[in-house]
Amino acid sequence: MPGISNAARLITFHVTRYNPETDGAPYLKTYAVPVREGMTVLEGLHYIKDNLDSTLAWRYSCRMGICGSCGMFLNGRPGLACNTQILHIADANLTVAPLPNFEIIRDLVPDLWTMFDKHRSIKPYILRINEAEINDPAGEFYQSPQQLESYLQFTYCIKCGCCMAACPTLATDARYLGPMPLTAAQRYNADTRDEGRRERNALTGTSTGVFRCHYAGECSRACPKGVDPARALQLLKRRLVLDYLHLARRIKRCEKLHGPGQGKLLPDIAAAPKGTVG
Amino acid sequence: MNRTKYWTWHMAAGVVLLFLLGLHMLIMHMVGTAHWFAPYGTEPDSLQNSLFRDGKLFFTVTYILLLGVALYHGLYGLRTILFELTLKPAFEETITVVLLVVGLGLFGLGTWAAVAAHGIALAGARG
Repeated sequence: MPGISNAARLITFHVTRYNPETDGAPYLKTYAVPVREGMTVLEGLHYIKDNLDSTLAWRYSCRMGICGSCGMFLNGRPGLACNTQILHIADANLTVAPLPNFEIIRDLVPDLWTMFDKHRSIKPYILRINEAEINDPAGEFYQSPQQLESYLQFTYCIKCGCCMAACPTLATDARYLGPMPLTAAQRYNADTRDEGRRERNALTGTSTGVFRCHYAGECSRACPKGVDPARALQLLKRRLVLDYLHLARRIKRCEKLHGPGQGKLLPDIAAAPKGTVG
Repeated sequence: MNRTKYWTWHMAAGVVLLFLLGLHMLIMHMVGTAHWFAPYGTEPDSLQNSLFRDGKLFFTVTYILLLGVALYHGLYGLRTILFELTLKPAFEETITVVLLVVGLGLFGLGTWAAVAAHGIALAGARG
């Protein structure tokens, strides 16, 4: 990490610009941005927009690494603009480009529909055999902390697309589902409330599914939320093989415990305090 | 799910191949064990020693098994490498069919050779 001081210093932003209506191809434009300690790339882009070039376009929303909107290619690595401090990755020059492996809508705005289409295809939601239970979920399902732990880290995915941009397999084969949708498949397959694993297997076990992964592991390095998609894919592969060989250990699926208001408190759980309002 | 099936068998064939190649090393290249399978002289691949092994049903079955797993493992691996080129689906299907035909052809030829050698060795043993 370059040395950090409190004084503002000029960092040259090399920003990819592209307007598909007027430009034949993306090109780089440079901006000198005064940077102070703690300043994020997102703030740098705002500085450009406010002071240097109001036509620059990018996507952002929450500014705090939650929404996953501002995924960009920063000095050759995918990351969130709001979550990356300029002086942590740049000494004098910073290259800001849209996420690779996606079409560009404009400037730094990638077209993420391919990712979300693939994500939708693996049915990223709880599937139950009894459809009435999905449509009318009146009741609670018991899930132990250990069962929750088996998929919890995969729920932290914010669908920013950084793993998809980092994936070398996806770079060569657009048909590959990619790390984000496959991680989502593992997340729901491992959820004891879910009963749709075999339905998802029909998609994740195809030639464009999990076996297309070469385990480069770049997805796990790129994830700004610390999710490990490479591990999810290995777990998914293991489960597919065990399912094929009929060797998978039977996981007891959650049973519906009770309807609303009918639950009983466990003896070691204190009663809730009385309401203070109303 | 098809890819799961092929991939699983690819891995299983790899494991079997590893075991059979170990056996091959014991028979052909390890001085300490080669004489178990080559009682005539010190050359495991001499005609007499080859006929000695060819006459045993265990070796005939092992040769055919080795041929089968090696062909499957190798050709499926080749297919996977070729598919890395992100070819058009029709071309991928053609490659699959060609490799299947080549694999079955070589397997048939090799099996015939192993069975024929077994017959020749038995006929020779009977005089």
